[in-house]
Amino acid sequence: MSGDSPKKIFIMGLWKDNPVFRQIIGICSSLAVTNFMINSLIMGLGLTFATAFSELTISIIRKFTPKHIRMMVQVLIISVYVIMIDIFLKAYYPEMSKALGPYVGLIITNCIIMGRCEAYAQKNPPLSSFLDGIASGAGYTLVLLAISFVRELLGFGTVFGFKVLGDWWTNWTIMIMPPGAFFVLAVVIWIARSISLEDKKKEKEVAKA
Amino acid sequence: MIEVNPFVIFIASIFTNNMILSNFLGMCSFIAVSNEIKTSLGLGQAVTFVLTFTTILNYFIYYNILVPLNLEYLRFIVFIITIAAFVQLVEMIVERYLPNLYYALGIFLPLITVNCAILGVSLFMVIRKYTLLQSIGFSLGSGIGWTLAIVALAGIKQKLKRASVPKGLEGPGITIIVIGLMALAFVGFSGIVQIQ
Repeated sequence: MSGDSPKKIFIMGLWKDNPVFRQIIGICSSLAVTNFMINSLIMGLGLTFATAFSELTISIIRKFTPKHIRMMVQVLIISVYVIMIDIFLKAYYPEMSKALGPYVGLIITNCIIMGRCEAYAQKNPPLSSFLDGIASGAGYTLVLLAISFVRELLGFGTVFGFKVLGDWWTNWTIMIMPPGAFFVLAVVIWIARSISLEDKKKEKEVAKA
Repeated sequence: MIEVNPFVIFIASIFTNNMILSNFLGMCSFIAVSNEIKTSLGLGQAVTFVLTFTTILNYFIYYNILVPLNLEYLRFIVFIITIAAFVQLVEMIVERYLPNLYYALGIFLPLITVNCAILGVSLFMVIRKYTLLQSIGFSLGSGIGWTLAIVALAGIKQKLKRASVPKGLEGPGITIIVIGLMALAFVGFSGIVQIQ
């Protein structure tokens, strides 16, 4: 088995199988950290790192892992990488570590990692699994950034902490509060699904013609 | 940190600091399993039960084993193992002695291991430095709050089946908007009491 081509893996991860708006998994953390773009970026990078390396490790040992304890093994491997992220953040970015709070630890129970490990890394060679991890992580990060862009812009008038909108702007407090996160996520899902519905329609028409 | 009455934490974690609606924890199963009121209630009970006991267990493990040994950084692994082991244990006990309950809760128990709310509450407990009584109030309240939210959502979703929703918004999209409206309603409680 040679695995899929990198291009296909990335298209799947970023759009066709995007974990957030396609499979509706891993959204717990995607909502909590999207009040500032910088938080989302760090969270996204952390998740990408954890997913990619967990998939790599699991794929390498997939032939030696007994079937019935594989879930436990996966959880342990994921935890190891998450602990690495946690220690790294605490050491170099203590502010960020405080802002993200328990959500760094919650990467462990993020369904994206478990889902990809179970669905992809169990069956594919290490290199493609690693790429798949990066692609899924990137898809997740993109959605996070999109949500936090809207929330931060409307909620504080800033992008990555820089003031974009002038003094005339009245902050929409609702965007910073939890309900705002739900509404923006719903709109993102709505847009993404509508576009893919259009795509499907076109494909059908082409097939008919 | 100021001493907060455990009962205040209990009330706050049901209403103002609801696990789903203000901390976004446990969303995955929340969206997937909220189709019927009865199953939602079952899942809610199972979550409340496991949540309370694992938080207490984790409290003792963290403060009696990990802190004296300076192994705080291992807490993620230790907590998740405790949760997984506890769920497995409960499953075996319930299956052996309470078969009726097992059929009611059985299918939900494995799902709970990966429910972020359970791990989240244990982590919050550590970060906010709760005492034992406060942790009990917090975990019990969070479980009840979670149940409340999922049952309410299941009720709304049943009515939603008859509504006509734009094509791209069907399914998860509209569910999330409904959750957003619920969160908005719960923000109204925030005047009662606030914890961090």
